[in-house]
Amino acid sequence: MKKVDYLVNIGLETHVQLKTRSKIFCGCRNVFGGEPNTHVCPVCLGYPGTLPVLNEEAVRLTVITGLMLGSRINLFSKFDRKSYFYPDMPKNYQISQYDKPFCVGGGVEIDLEGGGRKVIGITRIHLEEDVGKSMHFESSSGVDFNRAGTPLMEIVSEPEMESPEEAYAYLQALKEILLYAGVSDCNLEEGNMRCDINCSVRPAGSEQLGTKTEIKNMNTFHGVLHALRYEVRRQIDILEKGGRIEQETLRWDDRAGVTVAMRSKEYAHDYRYFPEPDLPPVRLTEETVAAWRAELPEMPRARRERFVRNYGLPEYDAGVLSADRAVADFFEETARLCGQPKAASNWVMTEVLRVISEKGLEITALKITPRALADLIGMVVEGKINTTAAKEVFDVLAVRGGEARAVVEERGLLQVRDAAAIEEYVLAAIADNPKSVDDYRKGKKAALQYLVGQVMRKSRGKADPQLVLEELRRRLG
Amino acid sequence: MSELYSLTVRDLADRMGRGECSSVEVVNSLLERIENLDGEIGAYLSVDKERALDEARASDRRRETGQGLSPLDGIPIGVKDIFNVAGEECRCGSRILEGYVAPYDATAVARLRAKGMILLGRLNMDEFAMGSSTENSAYGVTRNPWNRNLVPGGSSGGSAAAVSADMAFASLATDTGGSIRQPAAFCGCVGLKPTYGRVSRYGLTAYASSLDQAGVITKDVGDAALLLGVIAGHDPADATSLAAEVPDYLQCLRTDLKGVRIGYPREYFVEGVEKDVARSVQGAIEECRRLGAEVIEVSLPHTEYAVAAYYIIATAEASANLARFDGVRYGLRAGGRDPLEMYAETRAAGFGREVKRRIILGTYVLSSGYYDAYYLRAQKVRSLIRADFQEAFKVCDVILAPTAPGAAFAVGERTQDPLRMYLGDIFTVTANLAGICGISVPCGFTDDGRPVGLQILGPAMGEEKILRTAYAYEQATPWHTRRPPIAGKEGVE
Ligand SMILES: [Zn+2]
Repeated sequence: MKKVDYLVNIGLETHVQLKTRSKIFCGCRNVFGGEPNTHVCPVCLGYPGTLPVLNEEAVRLTVITGLMLGSRINLFSKFDRKSYFYPDMPKNYQISQYDKPFCVGGGVEIDLEGGGRKVIGITRIHLEEDVGKSMHFESSSGVDFNRAGTPLMEIVSEPEMESPEEAYAYLQALKEILLYAGVSDCNLEEGNMRCDINCSVRPAGSEQLGTKTEIKNMNTFHGVLHALRYEVRRQIDILEKGGRIEQETLRWDDRAGVTVAMRSKEYAHDYRYFPEPDLPPVRLTEETVAAWRAELPEMPRARRERFVRNYGLPEYDAGVLSADRAVADFFEETARLCGQPKAASNWVMTEVLRVISEKGLEITALKITPRALADLIGMVVEGKINTTAAKEVFDVLAVRGGEARAVVEERGLLQVRDAAAIEEYVLAAIADNPKSVDDYRKGKKAALQYLVGQVMRKSRGKADPQLVLEELRRRLG
Repeated sequence: MSELYSLTVRDLADRMGRGECSSVEVVNSLLERIENLDGEIGAYLSVDKERALDEARASDRRRETGQGLSPLDGIPIGVKDIFNVAGEECRCGSRILEGYVAPYDATAVARLRAKGMILLGRLNMDEFAMGSSTENSAYGVTRNPWNRNLVPGGSSGGSAAAVSADMAFASLATDTGGSIRQPAAFCGCVGLKPTYGRVSRYGLTAYASSLDQAGVITKDVGDAALLLGVIAGHDPADATSLAAEVPDYLQCLRTDLKGVRIGYPREYFVEGVEKDVARSVQGAIEECRRLGAEVIEVSLPHTEYAVAAYYIIATAEASANLARFDGVRYGLRAGGRDPLEMYAETRAAGFGREVKRRIILGTYVLSSGYYDAYYLRAQKVRSLIRADFQEAFKVCDVILAPTAPGAAFAVGERTQDPLRMYLGDIFTVTANLAGICGISVPCGFTDDGRPVGLQILGPAMGEEKILRTAYAYEQATPWHTRRPPIAGKEGVE
């Protein structure tokens, strides 16, 4: 019997916390953590009589995301109330957007595993408020409302991902774009990105999508990958046995590695959306959107391609350098200042990224400037210092900052090319190592290398190795 | 010599400005009056005597040292239980908010305080402003000072009864479908509902957010004009508040109506209006004509759908606004083994019948499958009603009508017949649906001595027009000088 092939359709609803200074509807600071219920006020606690006032920065970041993803921007947009009872919801309704989201359409390009690319369609992007966090103790429960009112952007994709791996690639690509646009820190540990998954399978050849299940509240990309691998397998197994897929809401049990059905009262809601009367509709002008569009950064993928094309970097290096916007900016600025893109790429990929990962820093926290690194590279290229010395200088600059030349001089690291000085080192080395001199003269070529090393040691690495070699040869005749 | 409690806010400001009386004397006069009378009326839910006297003493010291905050410094005002006042319990007439102490001041309250006014006490109301008789308060019925067998109207019944009985010089109240104007009419006072957005809603516990508006109940039109000037104006904490500058409303008051075009809406003078009410309002229109106004017949053809649209929109919004009362963060908390049970038990124990009725109604009209038939259609009616007024105000400056189809009714008469109660709101809900301004002023009495209110409606931001008309009419008639024949513990007045 011929085995049936199955096609998979996956859609993601990704919730992204926006990087604004204050919360979406009140003046509380938008920061992660803190003692429970310390970043709260009557507004974000839903006290009687309080009213929301929209944070315009949250709107700008949402629209910027839409522009990055090629969405159509609704110049007329509005908020709606979505009602359901849950302890972490201060008002028992969430201010969200129902039929007039800020952004409609667009796409995210991903790389396919076997090579090639594919664009995953975006349905819409809307803005809403995050809720609090329920906490469960031994004999009681509590709610921390610090998170309540954090601006939350929901990016809804089309069900166009055809494997768990594509879903994973989509999330990676989306994260890269969001980081580039500076709209979110995308810190998964802090819950900056969470998603709900829709997943269905169907026999190959069937036009109609299969019955879908929804997996709620995923907060790691690997969790998404594993949950989907499990869920796709589970659905196919059911179909193979002639069964029917139940349309249901599931949650992923990471420890057991299975999806589990949620109780219907945990999710079966009639949200009773209606227009939010406390907030007037938002009207954006063409000019505002155009101004925001003009400030958009280059997309990470476009930048990667440009690095390959313009700087002749290998694909891999271009990918590493463009993955983080600040790193890419640092690299480009260094390359421009020293006129040596390949050398700049090597320095950023090895030294800069090493220091960042060793110290767990953002590149912006490094003290070294592209100017200083470019000068350092220039000095190496011109032979003024050797690579070992340059690395020493780099470590100083990374911690302390300052000008490359000043550090080189302060440490006396300029390469010694003065003939008299080199002669002095060479004579001293010859005098100290009569055995090696003897060996060399007897024809043991390796002895010369040893003597060069001795000279370098005496000069603390500063002597120009080429000149040292020449002088030794001359002296040893 | 008239007792201090019987004065208007403007009279008091004058006397205090001349040093003829102190804030402490004024507060004491009022406290004594409340002590004598409120046992029979039930207007106040609480009076904080000590705090009021402390504030009065502080005010007197300010005035003595020439540091008075304003001419209103040291004058007390009553506040409907719906306004959040920092440090005070704010129960909205409901059990569910028992123990909830507000952590902040409503904007309107803060503006009164900034002028040095003293918040004397909290006034009874229908629970969450849902009602037209103040019989729906969890803390007892308020009675009409003109006849204690009658209701004072609602939902701001406590606010109107207190002013009517000289237990408050003025009160801060709210109007969602007539809750200022109708009790003012029933109690023979002046009730001003400003344009939607003219006064900040920040800090007034929401019933129906797109209809709620804060305003004042006063003894005369001048006081309404004065106090509106204090509480009106843009508030960055309310995104729906209007940006326009606040004029000096006292400056617009005139004693004649020359050049004023009065609209006479035929849909408001129909069968079902009590005979004596119709007679009084017709008489008022004649008086306005005598004062120089031109009377023009106008049509507001969608009036008959207003009550239905109002009860759909208001209850829909209320069903969401009141969802936050769940026992998690403040107020009453009943038991329950899990959160859902706790909500159900808390809400079952905390809300009264009428509130539950409206939450269920509002939940129903928003439910999937019913939204288009009810909520959406009601919004269409609302647009038509707004358009009706826009058309009418092309040919007239203000519209005159009865505030309510009848005068005050008996306590208990309509509690078993909610529909009949709702229909009594027919002439007031239209202004809330259209977002326009309105004022009710006394215009006579029924044959059996119940006050009748004349409603004057104006376009959005037309407060100057309605205040001018109301003032001219008031000054030409004796109605605002009449006081209810009440006897306190001291005996006949
Ligand atoms: Zn807050």
